[in-house]
Amino acid sequence: MSKLNLTLRVWRQNGANGEGKFVDYEMKDVDTHASFLEMLDVLNDELESKGEAPIAFDHDCREGICGACSLFINGRPHGPENGTTACQLHMRSFQDGETIVIEPWRAKPFPIIRDLVVDRSAFDRIIAAGGYISVKTGSAPDANAIPVAKEKADKAMDAAACIGCGACVAACKNASAMLFVSAKVSQFALLPQGKVESNKRVLDMVEAMDREGFGNCTNTGACEAECPKEISLENIARLNREWVKANFSVG
Amino acid sequence: MQLDSRIPEGPIDKAWDNHRFNLKLVNPANKRKYSVIVVGTGLAGAAAAASLAELGYHVKNFCISDSPRRAHSIAAQGGINAAKNYPNDGDSIYRLFYDTVKGGDYRAREANVYRLAQVSNNIIDQCVAQGVPFAREYSGLLANRSFGGAQVSRTFYARGQTGQQLLLGAYSALMRQVQLGNVSMYPRMEMLDLVVVDGHARGIVTRDMVSGRIESHAAHAVCLATGGYSNVFFLSTNAMPCNVTAAFRAYKRGALFANPCYTQIHPTCIPVAGEHQSKLTLMSESLRNDGRVWVPKEHGDKRHPTDIPEGERDYYLERRYPSFGNLVPRDVASRAAKAVCDEGRGVGATGLAVYLDFADAIKRDGRAAIEARYGNLFHMYHKITGEDPYSVPMRIFPAPHYTMGGLWVDYNLMSTVPGLFVLGEANFSDHGANRLGASALMQGLADGYFVIPYTIGGYLSQIKGGPVDTSAPEFKASEQFVNERLNKLLSIKGKQTVDGIHKKLGRIMWDNCGMSRQADGLKKAIEEIPKLREEFWNDVSVIGTQGEFNQVLERAGRVADFLEFGEMMCRDALAREESCGGHFREEHQTPENEAKRDDEKFTHVAAWEYKGDDEVPTRHTESLEFNYVKLTQRSYK
Repeated sequence: MSKLNLTLRVWRQNGANGEGKFVDYEMKDVDTHASFLEMLDVLNDELESKGEAPIAFDHDCREGICGACSLFINGRPHGPENGTTACQLHMRSFQDGETIVIEPWRAKPFPIIRDLVVDRSAFDRIIAAGGYISVKTGSAPDANAIPVAKEKADKAMDAAACIGCGACVAACKNASAMLFVSAKVSQFALLPQGKVESNKRVLDMVEAMDREGFGNCTNTGACEAECPKEISLENIARLNREWVKANFSVG
Repeated sequence: MQLDSRIPEGPIDKAWDNHRFNLKLVNPANKRKYSVIVVGTGLAGAAAAASLAELGYHVKNFCISDSPRRAHSIAAQGGINAAKNYPNDGDSIYRLFYDTVKGGDYRAREANVYRLAQVSNNIIDQCVAQGVPFAREYSGLLANRSFGGAQVSRTFYARGQTGQQLLLGAYSALMRQVQLGNVSMYPRMEMLDLVVVDGHARGIVTRDMVSGRIESHAAHAVCLATGGYSNVFFLSTNAMPCNVTAAFRAYKRGALFANPCYTQIHPTCIPVAGEHQSKLTLMSESLRNDGRVWVPKEHGDKRHPTDIPEGERDYYLERRYPSFGNLVPRDVASRAAKAVCDEGRGVGATGLAVYLDFADAIKRDGRAAIEARYGNLFHMYHKITGEDPYSVPMRIFPAPHYTMGGLWVDYNLMSTVPGLFVLGEANFSDHGANRLGASALMQGLADGYFVIPYTIGGYLSQIKGGPVDTSAPEFKASEQFVNERLNKLLSIKGKQTVDGIHKKLGRIMWDNCGMSRQADGLKKAIEEIPKLREEFWNDVSVIGTQGEFNQVLERAGRVADFLEFGEMMCRDALAREESCGGHFREEHQTPENEAKRDDEKFTHVAAWEYKGDDEVPTRHTESLEFNYVKLTQRSYK
């Protein structure tokens, strides 16, 4: 088992309106088997023992599926490993003596709550605007009544794998939420169950996205590169087609 | 206290239909006069909030995460059972019912389990209609697989992310109701007390986790869907914030807590790597279909696993259980792993692990076939441990995973406090002493989508609707209680961290109330836990203030409750002088070291009543009757 000595440069901000600044922390003998969040736990335990306020960060399942992690590590959302959330990132990905810079998601629609914790409720409001199929409990036909081609179902699943973490927004120079919105629009556009409301859905969700202040997409592709679930840019192309189609149909 | 389970009269296959007919209804125009609080947004909570709102009730839905979509149901991997019998392999509602009662080691209520099996089919219909992308065959029809030792293929799945997809389905239904104004959503809000007025649940007191504000919320009924308590062990597969606080507050306000000692220890988890360990990660038990479990025959054999010749390995599951081999149920596999590690034959740096070896399967089926079956799990294992399971055996160890115990509820899912309903893992009702794989998702959604929308009407139709407010003195009293407790936590200013004490509790619980239990250990734990509690209240350090975003304060409150709850778990384990399912008492085993039930004395639910902070809780019982399933000794030889 090897150990690392590290410098952490962490964004500290006491409350939404507080003045933020970077603070350096020296970490000795960091276990390379520890996850990134466990390394922060160790630091927080030390800070607490000294009577100092620990670093606030969002975390929940620590299995890479809930999407709560939102750390911008060395200039990349979720850090250096591709297809990995911060909670699944392990310290063996870092070098002894390294300085690690940790920031929150930086995007206007994600205001800071404290330190590394941001408010991502804008994503919930976009889903509320249309990210669903309007079926009431109890009114569904038999599950096998409508066959769905396996290829379509698989593609829908690829899109549905989005964990709603917001890394796409944090990665984008325009703070665009197109990858997030397109994943949900695509999931339903690919399934026969979702077709009925597809026009209204895409228009309402895109409108909500704009209302929340997310930027436009300029096809840079940083979102796809940084997405921990490797959601494809293909979905953005599908979103654009759906949106154009809906504008013509609704007229 | 007489526990009335309110199981409907008549044959079991007609019970739910008859009961639904007999329940009084709230007419559609009157539903808007009733409001319901739902705490939790996992499968049970989100499904209940959405379904109740669709019916016309006004719903207030609370969760402790930043978004309802983060609830820990999201982490379930394997699948969800239903008695659709699409594969034509002999499944039926009756068979799903039978398997679930047997799997629970005959400690669940027959009528509840039968209803669960009945509505399982509606759940699949509902989820497909919501756009849940279940796995499909080339025909375009739904795919099934077998799971958890079932002899039929009844498990529906969405890759290794079934929980995620089902939760996002329920979340989308919930957000639709938020948009329509039928649900008021309160994220980052923690329930810290239940308010009972004139004997009825009438609201909750919450802390806004961003501003620290303490608020009262009133309603005509309260539904708790707040999950399980595996984190009493500190290390478990649960998400870090999972806790018992909401359920425990309800217990202290008069709701009985049933079978707290029933915990499930899952055999295939990634072992502890070091002191820093914050949680454990589960890998689907489907791995045991192809992996062979072994340890070295010699004690303390430190050779690299591939250097240990075949003749010096002990494939102990295959040896002890020749007919089921590596596929014995979860509780049996977990105890066997503990036994070989206790003998000093465990592997890895800590000696607390056994090998799960795919070398033979790779030789037999080829690497590509194994990759197709388990690629995502192998990838996850590699990411966490840094070891490649295609070339070296995985190391696995059991970890607390699910809790079958929970607040006691009747057939209507109502607790002993009228107006307080409990759904999903938070209640005790359907899994008995052991839960089968792919049944947790089924129960959460059954409770939320298809049970509570009917049964809550039966309660609400009997009370007056109309505006509610928080003017009753009980609300003020609860707020005061909550404020005083938070202030007390902040005023201790001791030397130990919250996590430090939580880890100590976890150690006591794991050593004495974990995979196997015995009277001396449990008695020792019952002495040690109050001492640790005292240590906590005298020496814990809770940094910061009440009126701010304060994650230490959040954790401190939860650990304080675990420190009381853990003692009750041990008392329950001590009182249950038998072994059943996940509860294994060393004094009660067959000559072959298998669990030995005592049906004569313990065919009952134990439900604990709070008697005061310094009092021993009272144990009540609800006797279980088995009219359809015959009680037998489980055997996997």
